[in-house]
Amino acid sequence: MDETKITLEQVRHVARLARLELSPEQEERLRADMDEMLAYVDKLNELDTNDVAPTTQVGEAGTPMRDDVVTNQPAADAMLANAPSRERGYFKVPKIIE
Amino acid sequence: MASELNRLTIAEASSKLRARAITATQLTRDCLERIAAAEPRLHAFITVCEKESLEQARAADARLAAGNAPALCGIPLGIKDIYATRGVRTTCASRILETFVPPFDATVIERLRADGAIFIGKTNMDEFAMGSSTENSAFGATLNPHDTARVAGGSSGGSAAAVAAHECLGSLGTDTGGSIREPASFCGVVGIKPTYSRASRYGVVAYASSLDQVGPFAKSVRDAAIILRTLAGKDARDSTCSARLVPDYERALTGDVQGLRIGVPREYFVEGMQPEVEKSVRSALKNYESLGASTVEISLPHTGYAIAAYYLVATAEASANLARYDGIRFGLRVSAEDNIALYEMTRAQGFGAEVKRRIMLGTFALSAGYYDAYYLKGQKVRTLIRNDFERAFEQCDLIVTPVAPTTAFKIGEKMNDPLTMYLSDIFTISVNLAGLPGMSIPCGHDSNNLPIGMQLIAPPFAEETILRAGDAFERTGAFQPRTPAV
Repeated sequence: MDETKITLEQVRHVARLARLELSPEQEERLRADMDEMLAYVDKLNELDTNDVAPTTQVGEAGTPMRDDVVTNQPAADAMLANAPSRERGYFKVPKIIE
Repeated sequence: MASELNRLTIAEASSKLRARAITATQLTRDCLERIAAAEPRLHAFITVCEKESLEQARAADARLAAGNAPALCGIPLGIKDIYATRGVRTTCASRILETFVPPFDATVIERLRADGAIFIGKTNMDEFAMGSSTENSAFGATLNPHDTARVAGGSSGGSAAAVAAHECLGSLGTDTGGSIREPASFCGVVGIKPTYSRASRYGVVAYASSLDQVGPFAKSVRDAAIILRTLAGKDARDSTCSARLVPDYERALTGDVQGLRIGVPREYFVEGMQPEVEKSVRSALKNYESLGASTVEISLPHTGYAIAAYYLVATAEASANLARYDGIRFGLRVSAEDNIALYEMTRAQGFGAEVKRRIMLGTFALSAGYYDAYYLKGQKVRTLIRNDFERAFEQCDLIVTPVAPTTAFKIGEKMNDPLTMYLSDIFTISVNLAGLPGMSIPCGHDSNNLPIGMQLIAPPFAEETILRAGDAFERTGAFQPRTPAV
């Protein structure tokens, strides 16, 4: 990990990836917070983990399988009930394709 | 004169209900009355389900009259607002879900409903379970029933406070880094996080999928065992959920801890801890010794790295889990000309500061060029922490530690610096990283009358050891609950 501080450019890049609009004050606050957290997590570099396997799961190993059969009932109205904008049986969104 | 049936334990109430000495309707009314009286000072609930709970009580009474009703039939429970409850608003204490009404029940909610339990309301929490004080709720903090100038703990603060204040007989929380155990400790109630995969997470809004776990708050270990038995067990809709048989947890409550080997990790008794917390836990260890258990000092050498590993792994998983809040199919939508702006503005307005902070950190940890140094490194350290526990359990059957370095801190005290808040998870977080079961049980009070909790940790699926040991401690009477200020 590099020792250089997080830049505003990096913050903006991450915000774009995370789809978050940030005000200039929020950008600076987050820059400082990320700096602090990244400095703190830097202590993990005290540990040699070259021969250590990562843990991705702490449950039982394996992926349970089932037959590829539809088991739930159609419930379009229930699925649309919380829609911010709907028209007939569709979720309505701003135009994506010109 | 008020009958105050809300002050009963689940075991007591269940027995009286089944004998028809009391009715579920009376019990529910007493809880609702208590809620009305206490809520202005406590704010443990986001939504109180008065109408629904009285309907459920009516149905429970019919079932109880017919005989052979399950232990939880007619028992009012508070449900953390992170659980999908069909037809009842589920907000996760966030503006982005402020009006969201799930069309389905979480699996564990289905199971409780099938048992005839009553859902008296949805309890307050830190937004999307991110926090240790319930101060990150978009709808205001929950206060500690023992001192309303202090926090109830988090993220399941509402659920802990509601049980401590006798607003309900038990409640559900979730625990990703300590969010059941820490508020249990601060509020002086029992809280258990079972082994990862013991209970289904289907319908539980996800924060960090490899860490999140479902669990109960209760007034006693027996009550926690009763609830846990209904929650646990295989669910085809959660592919991580274990198919292992669920024991009758109440049968573990034999009161016998003869020969139990208790490990005491030296890394959990450190500088900066409130001395009364250490004193209280060490005193409880003496109680255990007088019951025939033995203690042995052990080492969990990577304890000091757990918070760093967690805040990489959990935030990374959170950034993925919270990507679904995009204003399209449900939840808040801020209108915009194009969809990207819609996402950005919806999420900007819908999420609170702490949620944004964790999403940003997690996104960064997963981003190109940083993934290996951060997320992968965090996962590798997770392996080291898990191995520490595996080695420790070769020498002991149970590990006992404090739950938190202090008792409940003051409202606002830790809000200026996120890292200070994160460090309060120091004793609970490793347990989630290792996927182990852990329980907080009250073991004392400090000089301000604030409860102190001790943590019992066991190997995977050894909930019975934890429950047996917790119940044995309760029977000594060494801890006497005090009436809360609220």
